[in-house]
Amino acid sequence: MTYLLLLAEFFKIGLFAIGGGLVTVPFLFDLTDRYDWFSKAELTNMIAVSESTPGPIGVNMATFAGFNAAGVWGGIIATFGLVLPSVIIMIMVAKMMSKYSCNVRVHNVLSGIRPAVLALILYAGLQVAKISITGSLEIVVFVGLLAMMRLWKQSPIIYLCLSAIVGIVLRL
Amino acid sequence: MRELWKLFELFFKIGLFTFGGGYAMLPLLRAEVVEKRKFITEQELLDLYSIGQCTPGIISINVATFIGYQQKKIWGAVAATLGIVLPSVIIITLLASVLQKFTDNRYVAYAFAGIRVCVAALIADVVYDLAKKNLNNYFAAAIFIAAMILLVWLDISAVLLVLLAGMVALAAGEIKRIRK
Repeated sequence: MTYLLLLAEFFKIGLFAIGGGLVTVPFLFDLTDRYDWFSKAELTNMIAVSESTPGPIGVNMATFAGFNAAGVWGGIIATFGLVLPSVIIMIMVAKMMSKYSCNVRVHNVLSGIRPAVLALILYAGLQVAKISITGSLEIVVFVGLLAMMRLWKQSPIIYLCLSAIVGIVLRL
Repeated sequence: MRELWKLFELFFKIGLFTFGGGYAMLPLLRAEVVEKRKFITEQELLDLYSIGQCTPGIISINVATFIGYQQKKIWGAVAATLGIVLPSVIIITLLASVLQKFTDNRYVAYAFAGIRVCVAALIADVVYDLAKKNLNNYFAAAIFIAAMILLVWLDISAVLLVLLAGMVALAAGEIKRIRK
């Protein structure tokens, strides 16, 4: 039963998460409200691991979330569900026209979806902040990290490693 | 069969060596499919990215499926997609099973407390960049504010919000066209 639910939920995410990178995150936060597959804190840890391991973040997140929910097969089924809409739709697109371009209506729809997705990611960020920034020490670390990201633009892995060390040293 | 295996191998390599997916994949993809193998031209690759952006799903999967289909039809699409997904599935499954054993350790818990703060900062960083790029007109700003209100006060689901925003934008576009 969990397998079927995983397949359905991740198929839905594959169908509605338009874009790349972190767009799957808000959809996964939605899952924490409806199932006990993983907590919001576990989900936040997953984001960190997915950003610092090879492969597309969305796929990493699906495998991780599925594994946490139902073991090895859970990970495989969740990933399969996430990928399936892409495969079906892209084959249709490739078949229908060799020279497909976004038409005016598709363009219009996207002009509304993009700011909505931005709101979704911001809202997910607020949920992450609520569980991770629990005291004044964390606020200082957060501001410091964000300032470094804006100024230096390094790979996320560097900041994640740094923050792990800071967490151990400061006993967060 | 040999060509299918080559497609699988190519995208397995791309999945294994890109961190972050989507745009992070572009340089490696260009080197392999445009310059080395000449599957598609530079312009076609860029077109493919814009198609990937306006179709549902993760961009990197969309690109892999499309190139695979172009080369070897359905089985090419399956081979390419399997290739790009497999490194993630293997690595994450191994890592997740190891991580589960260590989460009780005190120092691992401290490290992850630090990492979670970093994730909050990473998301804030992405939101800032996306806002600069996407909130450049009144319509986008209005949708963004309305979406935040729906999320914070009504706890609307992500799927419903995407559907709603798409429909509102479609309707707004049609009204604009009729007026012209």
